[in-house]
Amino acid sequence: MLVAVTFMVLLERKVIAWVQVRLGPMRVGPYGVLQPIADVVKLMTKEDITPVRADKIVFTAAPMIALIPALIVFAVIPFGPVVSIFGREVALYITDINVGLLYIVSVASIGVYGIILAGWASNSKYPLLASLRASAQLISYEVAVTMTLVSMIVSAGTMSMIGIVNAQYQQGVWYLFAQPVAFFIYFVGGLAETNRAPFDLPEAEQELTGGFHTEYSGMRFALFFLAEYANMIVVSSVATTLFLGGWLRPFPNIEALSFLGIIPGWIWFLLKTFIWLYIFLWVRATLPRYRYDQLMRLGWKVLIPLAIANVIITATVKVLV
Amino acid sequence: MAEAIIFYTLAALILAFAVMVVTVRNTLYSALLLAADFLLVALLYASMNNLLLAVIQVMVYAAGIVLVYVFVVILVNLKRPPEQQPDRGRYRPIGTILAAAVLGELILITATGALRPAPAGGAEAVGSVENIAMELFTNYLIPFEVASMLLLVAMVGAIVLAKKEL
Repeated sequence: MLVAVTFMVLLERKVIAWVQVRLGPMRVGPYGVLQPIADVVKLMTKEDITPVRADKIVFTAAPMIALIPALIVFAVIPFGPVVSIFGREVALYITDINVGLLYIVSVASIGVYGIILAGWASNSKYPLLASLRASAQLISYEVAVTMTLVSMIVSAGTMSMIGIVNAQYQQGVWYLFAQPVAFFIYFVGGLAETNRAPFDLPEAEQELTGGFHTEYSGMRFALFFLAEYANMIVVSSVATTLFLGGWLRPFPNIEALSFLGIIPGWIWFLLKTFIWLYIFLWVRATLPRYRYDQLMRLGWKVLIPLAIANVIITATVKVLV
Repeated sequence: MAEAIIFYTLAALILAFAVMVVTVRNTLYSALLLAADFLLVALLYASMNNLLLAVIQVMVYAAGIVLVYVFVVILVNLKRPPEQQPDRGRYRPIGTILAAAVLGELILITATGALRPAPAGGAEAVGSVENIAMELFTNYLIPFEVASMLLLVAMVGAIVLAKKEL
C-alpha cells in the first residue's frame, strides 16, 4: 500500500512529463524506476522543522490525523471474493460489515481535521487560508458524493461493499452503465475531495505558495503526501467497487467470454483501479485550475441538485420496475 | 469478561476526555478533545455490535458538528485569544443552575425507572439499517418530519442572519 503510493508519485511525474513531451525522472535506475526509493530516503533523512510560533502538539498530530483515516478505509474494500489458495479459503477483504459504504464516508470525513489543523497549527497566513479553502471544498463536495452513494445503495439494495459487487453480478450490469449520472458526480466529487487538479485550489502555488503544508518539511510533509495519494487510491478503489464491478471480469454473465475468468479477480480489481488512477493524472496534466467561486458554484448549484435528482429518479425507477 | 474490560476502559476514557473538554484553557484543544470523545463513544457503540450507530456517530458528531466548532474557533481566535477574555466567571450562576437541572432530571429518570430495558432481539437485530429505516418511516414518521422541518428552519434562519441584505 505505502509502496504503491511512492510509485504513484513516480508515475505521476512520468505521465505528466510524457503529456508535456518531457522525459521525467531518468537518473535513478533505468528510466528512473528507483526514483521513489531515493525520494523516501531523502524525505526521511531531511531535517524536520517545526516553526517557532506553531502549536507543537497539533502541528505534530495533524499529519497523522490526515493519514490514518485514509489507511483504515481499506478495511472494507474488497480486492476479491473468497478464493482458495493451496486449498485454504482466503478472503481478499479484511472485513465485510453491513454498513461498509457509510463507514467509508464517515472515516474519510475525519481526514478533513488533518488539513484544517495543519493550517491552523502552522500559525502562518497561507497555510491557514489554504486549509480553510480545502475544508470548505471537502465539506461541499462530500454532500454531493454522499448523495450519489445513496443512489448506489438504492440500486444495489445493500451497503456492504461485497454486496454491491454481487448485486452488479446478479443484475448483469456494471453500475457505470446503469448509473452514468452518479458516476459523473462521483468522479468530479472524487477529484475535488482529493484536492486534485482541476480542483487543487488549496495547493494553488501562484496564490498560496504550497498550500496547507507550506510549513511542513521532512517526514511530516511526506505523511501529508502519503495521505493525498492514499486518498486517491481510496477514491479509485471505491469507484472500482461501485461502478466497475469490483473484482468481476468484464461481462461477467456472458459465457462466451468465460476464458477471461482465468485471470484472478484481484488482478481485475487492481487493473481497474489503475485505470482510475491514470485518469486522475491525465486530468491533472490536461485541465487548468478552476477559480474558487466557480468551484463552489459547481459544487452547490450543479452537482448537489443533480445528485438529489438522481436519488429521486433512482428510487422511483426502483419502485416501479 | 473481555466485554466488561472493554466497556469500563472505554467508559473511563470517555469520562476523562469529557472532563478535559471542559477544563482545558485552549478553545481549539477543547473542540478537538470533544471530537476524540465522540470517536470513543463510537467505539463504545461498535463494541456493543451496533455498527450503524457507531458510523453515524462518527459521521454526524465527530466529523460534522465538531468540525463546524473547529471552524468557528479558528476564525474567532484569530482576533482574540481566550486569555484576554474578560471576567471568566460570569457564566457561573447559569452554569450551576443548568448543571443542577440536568442532575435533577437524571435522578428523576433513575428513580422513576423510566429507563426502559432494551427491546428483545439483541443489538444486532435492532441496529440493522432495515429495522431502523422501517421504524423511522412508519411508527416515527411524524417526529422525523418535524425534526427535518426544524433543521430547515434553523438553516434558513442562519442564512438570513449571515446575509443581512439578500
